Amino acid sequence: MTADAVTDTPETIIEVNEMTKVYKMGDVQVVALDGISLHIRAGEFVAIMGPSGSGKSTLMNILGCLDRPTKGSYCLAGQDISRMNRSQLAHIRGKKIGFIFQSYNLLPQATALQNVLLPMVYRRNGRISQKERQTLARSTLAAVGLTDREKHRPKEMSGGQQQRMAIARALINDPALILADEPTGNLDSRSGKEIMEILHSLHERGRTIVMITHDAENAGHAQRVIHLRDGRVAQESVQSTAIPVEG
Amino acid sequence: MIGEVLQIAWEGVSRNKLRSLLTMLGVIIGVAAVIIMVAVSAGTEATIADRIETLGTNLLFVSQAFSAAGPGARQPGGSSNDLTYDDALAIRSSVKNITGVLVERNSTLAVKAGNVSSDGVTVVGTTIDYPEIRGLTVAQGRFLTQKDLDNTAKVAVLGYSLAQDLFGEENPVGQKITVGTVKLYVMGVMEEKGVVANTDYDARMYVPISLMFEKFTPAMFARFAGNMVNTITVQVENQEVMDGVITQIEILLAKRHDATMEDLPFTVRTQQEIIDTQAATTESFRSLLAWVAAVSLVVGGIGIMNIMLVSVTERTREIGIRQATGATPGDIRWQFLTEALMLSLTGGLLGVVGGVGGSWLFNQLGSMRTVLVPNSILLAFGSAAAVGIFFGFYPANKAAQLDPIEALRHE
Ligand SMILES: Nc1ncnc2c1ncn2[C@@H]1O[C@H](COP(=O)(O)OP(=O)(O)OP(=O)(O)O)[C@@H](O)[C@H]1O
Ligand SMILES: [Mg+2]
Repeated sequence: MTADAVTDTPETIIEVNEMTKVYKMGDVQVVALDGISLHIRAGEFVAIMGPSGSGKSTLMNILGCLDRPTKGSYCLAGQDISRMNRSQLAHIRGKKIGFIFQSYNLLPQATALQNVLLPMVYRRNGRISQKERQTLARSTLAAVGLTDREKHRPKEMSGGQQQRMAIARALINDPALILADEPTGNLDSRSGKEIMEILHSLHERGRTIVMITHDAENAGHAQRVIHLRDGRVAQESVQSTAIPVEG
Repeated sequence: MIGEVLQIAWEGVSRNKLRSLLTMLGVIIGVAAVIIMVAVSAGTEATIADRIETLGTNLLFVSQAFSAAGPGARQPGGSSNDLTYDDALAIRSSVKNITGVLVERNSTLAVKAGNVSSDGVTVVGTTIDYPEIRGLTVAQGRFLTQKDLDNTAKVAVLGYSLAQDLFGEENPVGQKITVGTVKLYVMGVMEEKGVVANTDYDARMYVPISLMFEKFTPAMFARFAGNMVNTITVQVENQEVMDGVITQIEILLAKRHDATMEDLPFTVRTQQEIIDTQAATTESFRSLLAWVAAVSLVVGGIGIMNIMLVSVTERTREIGIRQATGATPGDIRWQFLTEALMLSLTGGLLGVVGGVGGSWLFNQLGSMRTVLVPNSILLAFGSAAAVGIFFGFYPANKAAQLDPIEALRHE
């Protein structure tokens, strides 16, 4: 939770090499990722941009261990993901990754507190008591500005509040990596700003964040912007405007 | 973890209360049906045993064995295979430890009283200790006497319902009836007894065995039917000497009919064997009922599978969200299997309550005697659990196999 994680030589958290993803639809093959290579260090805030269909979400899903590459390798915090089975991937998702979706993906019948606690249900290592969990979930909700909303269900909240609930859920297991696929895509500009401020402060406190966005202003929060086109990295730029985290 | 799995499953089940209840209905009915049906047939069995026991105690029944040769067939030695009145007399005079012997020879005849007539009445030729040995009592008048037998008296004693059919409210004692072509005087009426082991004791009538031999044996059979009887009933002093008496009777009959003990043309059966035979028929009936009920349990299981499949489809997105937050295929499988089990076990429990309650109610209403069989409760509940696991597995597996990304995209 502190900037301690960032040292003079930050460890590599994402290492993607010559990764290809091909979708087969009958006879037609769609090459969504075409031999992409990436290198992201701990504590970085990276934005991914690119036209629709360029493979951003496909890349994100593989980075988030929701999907596997067709070819190539992906190492997350030193672990090779490409050869893991479904159960192992699920463990990694629960332990190391916090996913923030454009459409929130909250359980509609569950309260804010229950939604935030969800990743804890499936956590295998370092399980803590019900009481400790509740305390942790409350403080996490408080950290995203939802102090009095723990009993509310998603339907009873605004889009911005729902996305903040989703961020709290992504944070609860203290993941090594936070992935956000167009987190402000469904929000008005004011709520979108609030979300970006939260992500910004998370980065300031040492979190590694990879975010897909169409919005140049949002991308301005990132240290590095990767532009994709046709499943390849078209352009990479380091931003001076971003708050420098590394030496 | 188990607490959480149960809680999640409970949330799934309780979200659609009416639907869950309707789904459980199949299992509820199946389990209740198994319990009630077994209880009813066990009750019937108990009733049969009780009734047979009211027909006197410590009885042995000697009758013609079913053989390929059939009744009337001659042994190679020339002696007859038929059970005769003389056999009964021989048993009475030479078998020890017995308290009574009676014979029965039945004939089916038309009976007429005034202008009321009844076809196909069972006329039983018998001896005087019949009521005592068979546990019957005379309601009006008297039973047959030794004098009736000696004199081949033209008298009859009527069963309860036969007397009512023929005479209505009138007193039958002293009235004249026509049996076949023979006119008889009614000397008494028996008390109501009911149907025991397929015999309606109230629809029969009794005449002296001597009269049976003389008047009611068709002339063309009389020559070789002679004084043949259907059964000889022997009352034994007590249960302990039963086996000894059976052996004595068998030796005596073998000697009288020139047969060996092995191919004796007669069977000597105890009351218990008759109860067992009767019980065997209800037992096969019982297992038939149990199968019918089991089929309804399976139908209930298919209902559960159907609803679970619908539920998996409806909750695809939820499954995707759980997978994205760390649920393994195993976690998802357990969640849905637990849900299916919860439905079937709750259904099973309600079914047990319904089955036990239903059996009790049948008893209370007096329409049917039921005896709860504990094993049937265990069996029914166990089957419900098995049905839940069996029919829950496919939908649970289907949920577990869902691809996280596709599940998350599902609307
Ligand atoms: N499940 C799938 N089956 C077949 N093709 C797919 C599948 N998912 C994505 N694709 C294809 O892969 C390519 C990349 O899709 P992707 O969703 O990664 O694009 P994107 O960059 O996220 O676009 P957007 O900005 O519109 O979200 C597209 O051509 C898309 O049609
Ligand atoms: Mg996309």
